[in-house]
Amino acid sequence: MMLVMPVMQLIILPLAMDFDVKFVNLAVVDNDHSTASQKLISTVTASGFFKMKGNASSYKEALQLIQKGQADIILEIPPSFEKNLVRENRQQLALYADAINGTKAGIGSGYLLSVIRSYSLALDIGLKSVPKDASAGAIDITYSNWFNPLGIYRYNIVPAVLVLLLTLIGGYITALNIVREKEMGTIEQINVTPVKKWQFILGKLTPFWIIGMIVFTIGLVISALVYGIVPKGNIFLLYAFAMVYLVGIMGFGLLISTYSSNQVQAMFVAFFFMMIFMLMSGFFTSIDSMPGWAKLISDLTPVTHFIKTDRMIILKGSEWKDVKTEFFYLVAFALFLNSWAILNYRKTN
Amino acid sequence: MKQLLVFIRKEFYHVFRDRRTLLIMFGLPVVQIILFGFALSSEVKNIRLGISDNAEDVNSRQIISKIRSSDYFIVSEKKIGYGELEAEFRKGNMTAALIFPNSFGNDLLHSGTAPVQIITDGSDPNIAKTVVNYLTNIIQAYQAENFGRAAGYQVVPEIRMLYNEEGNGSLNFIPGVMALILMIVCTALTSVSIVKEKELGTMEVLLVSPFKPIWVLIAKAIPYLVLSILNFTVILLMAVFVLGVEVRGNVPLLFFESILFIITCLSLGLLISNATNSQQTALLLSLMVMMLPTIIFTGFMMPLENMPVPFQVISNIVPAKWYYNIIKSVMLKGLGFEYVWKETLVLGGMTVFLLTIALKKFKTTL
Amino acid sequence: MSESVITCTDLTKRFGDFLAVNHISFDVKKGEIFGFLGANGAGKTTAMRMLCGLSYPTSGKAVIAGYDVYTQQEDIKRNIGYMSQKFSLYEDLTVLENIEFYGGVYGMDRKTIRTRSHALVQKLGLLPEAKKLVGALPLGWKQKLAFSVAVFHEPKIVFLDEPTGGVDPVTRRQFWDMIYEASAGGITVFVTTHYMDEAEYCNRISVMVDGRIEALDTPGNLKKHLDAVTMEDVFYQLARGAGRSGDQ
Repeated sequence: MMLVMPVMQLIILPLAMDFDVKFVNLAVVDNDHSTASQKLISTVTASGFFKMKGNASSYKEALQLIQKGQADIILEIPPSFEKNLVRENRQQLALYADAINGTKAGIGSGYLLSVIRSYSLALDIGLKSVPKDASAGAIDITYSNWFNPLGIYRYNIVPAVLVLLLTLIGGYITALNIVREKEMGTIEQINVTPVKKWQFILGKLTPFWIIGMIVFTIGLVISALVYGIVPKGNIFLLYAFAMVYLVGIMGFGLLISTYSSNQVQAMFVAFFFMMIFMLMSGFFTSIDSMPGWAKLISDLTPVTHFIKTDRMIILKGSEWKDVKTEFFYLVAFALFLNSWAILNYRKTN
Repeated sequence: MKQLLVFIRKEFYHVFRDRRTLLIMFGLPVVQIILFGFALSSEVKNIRLGISDNAEDVNSRQIISKIRSSDYFIVSEKKIGYGELEAEFRKGNMTAALIFPNSFGNDLLHSGTAPVQIITDGSDPNIAKTVVNYLTNIIQAYQAENFGRAAGYQVVPEIRMLYNEEGNGSLNFIPGVMALILMIVCTALTSVSIVKEKELGTMEVLLVSPFKPIWVLIAKAIPYLVLSILNFTVILLMAVFVLGVEVRGNVPLLFFESILFIITCLSLGLLISNATNSQQTALLLSLMVMMLPTIIFTGFMMPLENMPVPFQVISNIVPAKWYYNIIKSVMLKGLGFEYVWKETLVLGGMTVFLLTIALKKFKTTL
Repeated sequence: MSESVITCTDLTKRFGDFLAVNHISFDVKKGEIFGFLGANGAGKTTAMRMLCGLSYPTSGKAVIAGYDVYTQQEDIKRNIGYMSQKFSLYEDLTVLENIEFYGGVYGMDRKTIRTRSHALVQKLGLLPEAKKLVGALPLGWKQKLAFSVAVFHEPKIVFLDEPTGGVDPVTRRQFWDMIYEASAGGITVFVTTHYMDEAEYCNRISVMVDGRIEALDTPGNLKKHLDAVTMEDVFYQLARGAGRSGDQ
């Protein structure tokens, strides 16, 4: 079970999670059928961003495509498109985007806008003679993507999945473990012996900590073998982070288990918090886009900090000086959560 | 019949006396809606952009002020050399950099082309792409306004966002949260409830009594059925009043489809409860086996079309995916039954299938 | 002569190759307190489950309360009561709610339930605790309550599976007083137990070893035949040569 889980997660999750907007389904309604409109359509097609869903003969028909989920955006070219362009040098186009999926709508319309803009610029050069030097005032934009030049989404996900693995082992399994002893009654047995409470806890947590680190290692190996992701940064730094993080998360699991009286309860509570942590941690969505109060909550969760630094060390090769604040955060969390857990454990036993 | 009512009443007692489970049942959807509605967004905003303006002329300043006035970026200006850029990225201080060479303005006016460079932190490819898009659009707009032909052609696109005029981020998540919550409550809680009777030994007593086993299952399922409908209503109300989403479709149809899905999940819960005698295994099975596929394969968090084809095929087995599509179409797009009858049929078929297997297995485990 | 309420002939239960219950035959008279003894793994629980209608015999005949175990299970269930090892009470329901629940399950009408439950609670001395959750009660009271619930609907036979586990001797005594009372009222009591001293309280006992009934008689007779002083000796002699051990 210990082995199967990380392998499965590492393989399934990154494969499944690709937030890239690869192409947008576009339905074109050409009410003009002129040279200009044809040129527009072919420019759009040639851009490669769009999957053309055929030419609908009316807006209503195109809307059906959106309703059925087959098209994401409608481009409607009004009748007299070419005529108006020539006569007034200005023409409006209508774009309708299925905004239920905001990202797609945003990115799709963004693409379309820039394609249309280059179409207009090309039109200039094609159809009218220009007094000024045709190429004056052109801004040449070059862009490059660092640390992940091909923009492969897996590079973003895999480090986060590694963190997820540790979180599951540390959080869930520790939460269950202590409660199980409570349920079985063996905890009372221990309480009677001279073993000190903190020794008991340490003894329980240590094997899981070791297992956690082993799983983390397996995870790294799989990432390298299957995805070719090898940490750019210092591996010892990575391990240092992982070790401290694991202690912190185990403290959290421990905390939950001191507040629960049976395993089902512990599982539910653990699940509830894990879900919130994962959602707020920057795993799925970007932290920068969050409103202030949400960022605060995100900052308060150890998961966020490790995901951030994990990605930084693996993908960018960040060094100690870059990540040391985060490290201290994690240490602080580990101390805080574990102390609270031990204190609580003392009280209820 | 009277016996059934007695049993149902007992089940309600159980449910209401378990505070923590109630918390999960009703707290989870509230938390998720708030998070998804207000905190999480797939939009790209507040991008930390570092601008290195080596030209400091009229043009570059104009472009920079345009960028600053857009809502997307948090601009910080530094004169950083190319070599120091990597260190800045490693620190995690900025997500992208825009570099103006010192001859920018000059080149623009005299030599005809002026280069600018955008560098993005590719750790998050979507953000990287979006940044390039945003910046390119702003710069191109600047170019068109100032250097476009006076008599040039302007094709002006007007964008209308359908189904979501307020631009409420992504509305995708509301049907997603519904599917998730119903799945958790019905599958996980029902299966745990049934297995608890087995564990306690009270199941045996019931089996010895004249109470038919099938009524045991029905009685256990009913409180969760009722509570799930309640839950669904709460989520709907929250979506309308807290998030300002407009429910466009036929509300009775929504309820009908939801009740169908609830029964599907209850059948799953039943199936799981047959497989094990321990409560935590039941819970583990429900959470891990049911939930993860629901999150991944419905397509509400991650786009289905981007997944490898085998995954897309698998997604057809997950009932939540069908329910999600139905709710999306009916609630957000306002479509009627003619558009979703196929999905409804599939969901109905799955329910019948699951229910039959579950009941059969239940009989034989006696 | 009192009639038999339970009659078994060659009752057998086979799991694959394993003969859990091997052609046992016996009968139990109305109003009798019948002790069903045996070591762990001897087959007691399996046998009892067949009599309750919890599982079908592989072969053999059994008639419970006048109904056939193969074809009339529903009728059997209506006429028996059962108390499981774990006391079969819901910890998160109150005393009254538990009683009312089981009463309802056995099809009693509300008025009867109300009057009888009130009387029962008074008799058990649980009136102040009636609205408290069962989980809060001490073990001894739970035990007595569980028994009362099992006979609440006045069945013909009540099956008790190891009902006195973990309870102090005084409470056990009081429990057996309740059993006597039920028996005097015409309810047949079929009880399995580990405690050999309790065997003395029964009218007749049977001892199962390795799936067969090795002895069936009154405690007094058994002691005489086997030249034993206590029931423990009886048991020891019979079960010593047993091949099986451990719970099935």
